[in-house]
Amino acid sequence: MKLGLVIDLDTCVGCHACATACKQWNTSGTIGPLSDQSPYGQDPNGSWLNRIRTFEVNQANTSTALVDNSKSASCGSHTFDLHALATQGESALAGVGSNGSPASKTVHMPMSCMQCEEADCVTVCPTGASYKREEDGIVLVDQDKCMGCNLCSWACPYGARELDEEQGVMKKCTLCVDRIYDQNLPESERKPACVLSCPTSSRVFGDFDDPTSEVSKLTVERAGQALMPELGYKPTNRYLPPREKGEVAAMVKTNEPALSKLKKWANRMIAR
Amino acid sequence: MKPAFSVLFFTVTSGIGYGLLMWLVGMQLVSGSVASATEVDVNNFLIMGFVGLTLATLGLLSSTLHLANPKNAWRAFSRFRTSWLSREGVFSLLYYPIILTYAFLVYLNGGELNSLSQIIGALSVLVALSVVICTGMIYASLKPIRQWHNPLVTPLYLLFSFTSGALLYVSMYAGLENEVPRSITILFLVLLVVSFISKMLYFRSIGKPDGATIGSATGFSQAHVRLLDAGHNADTFLTKEFVFDAGAMKLLRLRYLMIILAFVAPLSLVIAAMAWDIAPAIFLAMLSLYSGLFLERWLFFAEARHVVRLYHGDQRA
Repeated sequence: MKLGLVIDLDTCVGCHACATACKQWNTSGTIGPLSDQSPYGQDPNGSWLNRIRTFEVNQANTSTALVDNSKSASCGSHTFDLHALATQGESALAGVGSNGSPASKTVHMPMSCMQCEEADCVTVCPTGASYKREEDGIVLVDQDKCMGCNLCSWACPYGARELDEEQGVMKKCTLCVDRIYDQNLPESERKPACVLSCPTSSRVFGDFDDPTSEVSKLTVERAGQALMPELGYKPTNRYLPPREKGEVAAMVKTNEPALSKLKKWANRMIAR
Repeated sequence: MKPAFSVLFFTVTSGIGYGLLMWLVGMQLVSGSVASATEVDVNNFLIMGFVGLTLATLGLLSSTLHLANPKNAWRAFSRFRTSWLSREGVFSLLYYPIILTYAFLVYLNGGELNSLSQIIGALSVLVALSVVICTGMIYASLKPIRQWHNPLVTPLYLLFSFTSGALLYVSMYAGLENEVPRSITILFLVLLVVSFISKMLYFRSIGKPDGATIGSATGFSQAHVRLLDAGHNADTFLTKEFVFDAGAMKLLRLRYLMIILAFVAPLSLVIAAMAWDIAPAIFLAMLSLYSGLFLERWLFFAEARHVVRLYHGDQRA
């Protein structure tokens, strides 16, 4: 088994519910508590296993790896772009679609442990506290063995590991290992807390080794991507690119006389 | 990366300590006895060895200061097969019985080496070498930090250990015997020049744009991507540990200062000391090299940019 998450960047609204549910579940779970430093003070601080970053993704004049570009709204004709550059000045630098609207998207990207196949965080660990389970590929930290040297967090490119300042041990996503195998829970609830809490169902949990699982199918259908594959960590989690949406028709302002507008409105009302 | 004083002190100081011990034992092995190699008697050899071992030990102790949960430090010896940090721990502990046995044998035989002490001495040099290599590899094995994941990092750790150890040897010799030993001083100068060239090559190598970008970090490899919101309004563990900005201009000035302290000043002072046989210049050179190496190690951390910074506003690693 190769358990992991698929995260749909198309539907994620960046509400942070996954991070909050994660914190709530795991602070009382097997690796808990997840301590906070001055949670009600000036600089609230603490260990989180899931963090959401928001990016502006500007696809103007480029072919985007994540987005199917065949009928892209972002690439207007060359002459149009020149025209846009000339007429819109500054805003053209930020990217302009073919209908003149900005071609940038706001993308929310929740990040937790990628459950890498080549998990360097495990190999650098001198105490054997970090380990990767052979049966399902989940990377865990044995809280009783960790000496808090931070080396695993240095070895992780995804920022998935955070030191608990109060206990001096490393915390990371467990993929809710204390939920997903719990026979006392109904089967529909044997999923990580982040997946259950997601209001837009942007997070899907499953076995990537099984080609018929939902995560495998989604990855194939929507070209799920790994982050920073060039580092060679072979992360398990996949991110689904935003779907290509049709252009939203721009409202056209006409110079119709007020009287004809009023007639049209009256006709519409009578027709009802 | 945030420079932690305990780690800077550890890598510089234990590097010098192991360097000194490697020279001491290595030269004796080459010439067959304490006296003919170092032209110091057994007592002075023991004093120098003691200083070397103390420095190495102080460094190692300091390295445990940055542990958040030191009560589990004893477990760090258990992952020798995979972890460079574990290997460093094992070799550094293994070193003590070996070097102490060697010193004891040398002392027993009045400074002469027999085949047993030769074997143990050679072993001690190998283990000391291994400790320094492990220290370098801890950094060089970290792929998310391209300024560390560089083929020059481990050779540089070794070179600085050799160089600073040689100068400490020369200055202790000058202090104990009141003269400058020629052969090892020349060796030191050669090593210093080689270290300088390697460090400049390293700067050149990390200066090239390379590594992950915000595009590969987010998967939008062709688009222009910019962080809008990191998701938190105070510092996090990640920003505290990985985001350290000293400013490009300050870093450049400190590079120049480092080159002066670690290379130019020791080189000219040692040449002056050799030419006019003034021993005090050697001590000044040692002081300058030590502070220069501290600065070198500080820069090694301050200039290292972890890829997790891409998720906190950086455009490239």
